[in-house]
Amino acid sequence: MEVHLPNSGFLGNIELFLRKLRFENPKELNISFNPKWVSVHPVILAAVAAIAEECKLNNVPIVVPRQLAPKSYPYFVRMGLFDCIGIKSPQEIEFHEGAGRFVPLRKISSGAELSNFISDMIPLLHAKPENADPIKYVVSELIRNVLEHAESPVGAFICAQYFKNKNRISIGVADRGMGITNSMSISHTVNNDKEAINLALRPGITGTTKRIGGTENNAGAGLFFTRNIAKASDNLFFIYSGNAYFKQLKKKKQPAEQMELFSDPFLDPCTVRSDAKVWNGTIVGLDIAAEGGKSFSHLLGNIRQAYSLDVKHKNKEKYKRPRFI
Amino acid sequence: MKEIILQQKVGSFAENKDVAREIREQFIKPALAAGVDVVLDFEGVSMATQSFIHALISDPIRIYGANVLDQIAFKNCNESIKTLVTVVCDYMQDSFTNE
Repeated sequence: MEVHLPNSGFLGNIELFLRKLRFENPKELNISFNPKWVSVHPVILAAVAAIAEECKLNNVPIVVPRQLAPKSYPYFVRMGLFDCIGIKSPQEIEFHEGAGRFVPLRKISSGAELSNFISDMIPLLHAKPENADPIKYVVSELIRNVLEHAESPVGAFICAQYFKNKNRISIGVADRGMGITNSMSISHTVNNDKEAINLALRPGITGTTKRIGGTENNAGAGLFFTRNIAKASDNLFFIYSGNAYFKQLKKKKQPAEQMELFSDPFLDPCTVRSDAKVWNGTIVGLDIAAEGGKSFSHLLGNIRQAYSLDVKHKNKEKYKRPRFI
Repeated sequence: MKEIILQQKVGSFAENKDVAREIREQFIKPALAAGVDVVLDFEGVSMATQSFIHALISDPIRIYGANVLDQIAFKNCNESIKTLVTVVCDYMQDSFTNE
């Protein structure tokens, strides 16, 4: 197996990372790095950490080149990559207080660990309370998806980073579980990975039941909300499972109130491919606005409208309203 | 009336579905079964996930129908939480019309 970290690998050009993945020889994992410098989206680090953890569990040797780009040492060390791979950092790094706003790689295997992680995470990103809500929201939904549906032997790996010049926070989550197709197939007829991704991103569809409204514990709306939180702040969303991936692209700038949210993810400007190397499990990456976006309640209001329109009920006025006191 | 102070159980961010399930099974459903009104007090809760709200109230709505919303009141909700509660109440009622 081979994983290569390119010099630049963000959601817009993540194909640079995907193209060089090799899973043919499961007896060894080779991790290589661009020799000059590496700057990548947290989703790539989460993916590398997840596959490395799986190798460690299965006693598969991990091979890392002795020579790494010196400029990339501090970045990898800070993000916890060497710890996750299980190798000693090739160079001691001096940390400077407050030098960065990032959440290093973390493995999460239980709901309690998730709750602790969410409490720890926001101070690390130095996010203002009004900007922290969407971050907490998507992290909770993405990790709970893994814990409840993936049966991942390595749990979920997550990391995040604030990019000041882009005014965005990037989040990546990866697992090595059953993948979306297997999960959706429990209750739905799914022909391939691309179809499974489409279903998983629609509102109200969960792998746990065919029933609209879900079960008492699952509604099937987490990924729909998450995808649209990225979209509403005019940012990218990426999901990869099996041999398929979906990348929601940015739309031409338009006023927030005119932004249309679709239940079918493929109606959005996007890249959808079903010829990628087969990733056993699921990878999700997204960017959200760090500051100055719409209020989260406004954004949730838009998503709520899109959700309701999808079910196309025409007799909503007959519906009983919750009583807020 | 059974009043449940959520902040004591979930903190300021209501996302733990295991806790939602406990509240639902230990407090909400028994109260409703006994004909007692339930007040869910979100004072001090600044944010929730839709999954949390779903785990909290979808099952009672499915069991007792939409009229159970006459027995449940949502107190001290901010705008985000109101939106999430409304989403869940809406799609649970959609599920009746589509069944």
